[in-house]
Amino acid sequence: MRHIISILIENEAGALSRVAGLFSARGYNIESLTVAPTEDETLSRMTVVTGGSDRVIEQITKQLNKLIDVVKLIDLVESTHVERELMMVKVKTSNETREEVKRLSDIFRGKIIDVTSASYVIEMTGVSDKLDAFVAALDDESVIEVLRSGPMGMSRGEKGLHL
Amino acid sequence: MELSGGEIVVQSLIDEEVEFLFGYPGGAVLHLYDAIFHQQQVKHILVRHEQGAVHAADAYARSTGKPGVVLVTSGPGATNAVTGIATAHLDSIPMVIISGQVGTPVIGTDAFQEVDMVGITRPCVKHNFLVKNIADLAETMKKAFYVATTGRPGPVVVDVPKDVTDPSIKIPYVYPEEVVMRSYNPIIKGHSGQIKKAVDLLLNAKRPMIYSGGGVVLGEGSAELIEFSKLLEFPVTSTLMGLGAYPATDEQFVGMLGMHGTYEANMSMHESDVIIAIGARFDDRVTGKLEEFCPYAKFIHIDIDPSSISKTIQVDVPIVGQVTEVLREMIVLIKSSNIVMDQKALEAWWSQVNKWRDLHCLEYDRNSDIIKPQHVVEQLYEVTNGEAYITSDVGQHQMFAAQFYHFDKPRRWINSGGLGTMGFGLPAALGVKLAHPDSDVACITGEASIQMCIQELATATQYRTPVKVINLNNRYMGMVRQWQEFSYESRYSESYMDTIPDFVKLAEAYGHVGMQIEKPADVRPALEEAFAMKERLVFMDFLTDRTENVFPMIEAGKSHHDMKLRSPSDKELS
Ligand SMILES: Cc1cc2nc3c(=O)[nH]c(=O)nc-3n(C[C@H](O)[C@H](O)[C@H](O)COP(=O)(O)OP(=O)(O)OC[C@H]3O[C@@H](n4cnc5c(N)ncnc54)[C@H](O)[C@@H]3O)c2cc1C
Ligand SMILES: Cc1ncc(C[n+]2csc(CCOP(=O)(O)OP(=O)(O)O)c2C)c(N)n1
Ligand SMILES: [Mg+2]
Repeated sequence: MRHIISILIENEAGALSRVAGLFSARGYNIESLTVAPTEDETLSRMTVVTGGSDRVIEQITKQLNKLIDVVKLIDLVESTHVERELMMVKVKTSNETREEVKRLSDIFRGKIIDVTSASYVIEMTGVSDKLDAFVAALDDESVIEVLRSGPMGMSRGEKGLHL
Repeated sequence: MELSGGEIVVQSLIDEEVEFLFGYPGGAVLHLYDAIFHQQQVKHILVRHEQGAVHAADAYARSTGKPGVVLVTSGPGATNAVTGIATAHLDSIPMVIISGQVGTPVIGTDAFQEVDMVGITRPCVKHNFLVKNIADLAETMKKAFYVATTGRPGPVVVDVPKDVTDPSIKIPYVYPEEVVMRSYNPIIKGHSGQIKKAVDLLLNAKRPMIYSGGGVVLGEGSAELIEFSKLLEFPVTSTLMGLGAYPATDEQFVGMLGMHGTYEANMSMHESDVIIAIGARFDDRVTGKLEEFCPYAKFIHIDIDPSSISKTIQVDVPIVGQVTEVLREMIVLIKSSNIVMDQKALEAWWSQVNKWRDLHCLEYDRNSDIIKPQHVVEQLYEVTNGEAYITSDVGQHQMFAAQFYHFDKPRRWINSGGLGTMGFGLPAALGVKLAHPDSDVACITGEASIQMCIQELATATQYRTPVKVINLNNRYMGMVRQWQEFSYESRYSESYMDTIPDFVKLAEAYGHVGMQIEKPADVRPALEEAFAMKERLVFMDFLTDRTENVFPMIEAGKSHHDMKLRSPSDKELS
């Protein structure tokens, strides 16, 4: 099953490689990994999307917690949560297709953030499935580049992942 | 007090009351070595290879419980230390390893003797630090000792660039009294609800087992383990790493379990209905085939590291906590419980266990006119009154040592279990002897293993560490040969060395005493003679049976009740 593990980690040089190294050394898979500093600049927040049986996920969270730099973590899938992923898609456009692509982007609440005579860059956020659906709806031939951030998420309600 | 970075490192070792610093100099640590020159409190032990430094410091730690400390230079010094660091890591040994690094301005430029030590050691340390700023040095040293020695212990590397130790840059020195790390808080006390559940399970057991491991040694839990076991009167088995925490000569002890464990220990585990694992990590050498491991048992598991629990075997009652705390709480609960134990069932269980014992699975041919390795270890046990510190290398000799030297106290059995590092034994013996100068220290080794760190014989000369080397010389990499005999139709591919040095001359060349022993009858007198030479390192080269194998054996992928035993013709049952 797919799990989204959200980690608060000391914002130190090498923190990212400790997490990435753990996954490769123990043979756990990483679907995506995002990392950025938080409002407290001594801390980073990482989101790892991974998969595996309950036992594997239990080991992953235990092993992550064991890293000395990890302050806290939660598996978002264990409670209700919201998640979003950012995507940018560059598509070829021509006089005939320009309108059609724009309409499709509107339906998916995308934003066109760059326009040339022959291309659009479309920005879109949403759950990963929605982004998949948008890419699938585009004509394969027209897609120049797809760039995705990997999902990140937060639990619903007033509780949060902080110190 | 204003100190340079080099002086700060050394002063922090003094503040940590470090007795010995095992190391080897080089360019990146010259400032540090100059600071060492100017003080007397920390005694530097100059080894002959950095691997030896780490093993010696590691064994110092294993035998004392205090952290072992190492200093190596950058590049090749650092990489030579890695095998030792990984050895300590897999056995959870508290250590601080200080490595020199090239200056901060040239880090990342492929500078002379530069390796990314933090990167290389990341998977084999508990934690590591690169100190780029002298202002962080004292606090980082404090953190390194704190992390290494608390929770589940382990090695910590502190990588120090040369410019950070520059003697011309001095800052005020304050060594922190304590450190608080928001991201690191080892759990000490066990969950009371879980402890109660565990006690209920134990008191209702009919075929119980106590499976004790290295965590009892590491956590100083021997006294509690003994009290707990005596209270319950259950059979006790131990992993290779736990030997000595429960006295081997006690009636309740059924010997080591696992691949080369006793018949009675493995059969008891297999048939048990309630097993309490205490500071043991269900290693594959112990479990054999996971699907068939202890099919009838409910498991209680005490471990300070949550990730050890349910890693390979799903347990029923997990208890995260320090072994002493949890056992003490259990002892109180057991004493006050009104559950009536099923004495009849327990008696029947013991009589079954004793039947398995009656097989005498460790018996060997005592009438052989070739020296049997088991005989040497048995005689060593008697000559040293069972009180020596025994270090070992890796191979058959290690298993014979574990089976035939009956450790009654913790921290006396010093071996590389998790990584299985050949070359560990000799430097380890030196580290132990430095820590316990008045005790007998023997290194049980094989002719292949001993050659991996033989250069430390020179260190032993320099520091006058009169250990005894017990070389069980079977002219084979016996453990490899045994596997090849059983699994590869005796195709002894490269498990034999065409030339073996004259160990007697070799020992003499280093200034020690060498002996070669060829006859069983000479084993005892030779040992007595060697141990009477209190001030000398004696290298005892025992020419042992080339074809001897270690039994019992659970072959790879087999389960506990499926042991290979010595064939009856091979042993003379007493
Ligand atoms: C050739 C060879 C053959 C071997 N054959 C065998 C064999 O037949 N049988 C055998 O048992 N081993 C054998 N081994 C050793 C084996 O590889 C493992 O090293 C060993 O089984 C692990 O022992 P352990 O489970 O006690 O764990 P250790 O590695 O000693 O780990 C200790 C555990 O205790 C926990 N702990 C640490 N401190 C505390 C504390 N204060 N409180 C609570 N918990 C704590 C740790 O988190 C860890 O989980 C062999 C090794 C070699 C090289
Ligand atoms: C550094 C290292 N290399 C290889 C091995 C694999 N290995 C395990 S036991 C062994 C043979 C050891 O031979 P010896 O020291 O003579 O001991 P014996 O088994 O004969 O008692 C080998 C090669 C190892 N454990 N460590
Ligand atoms: Mg040999």
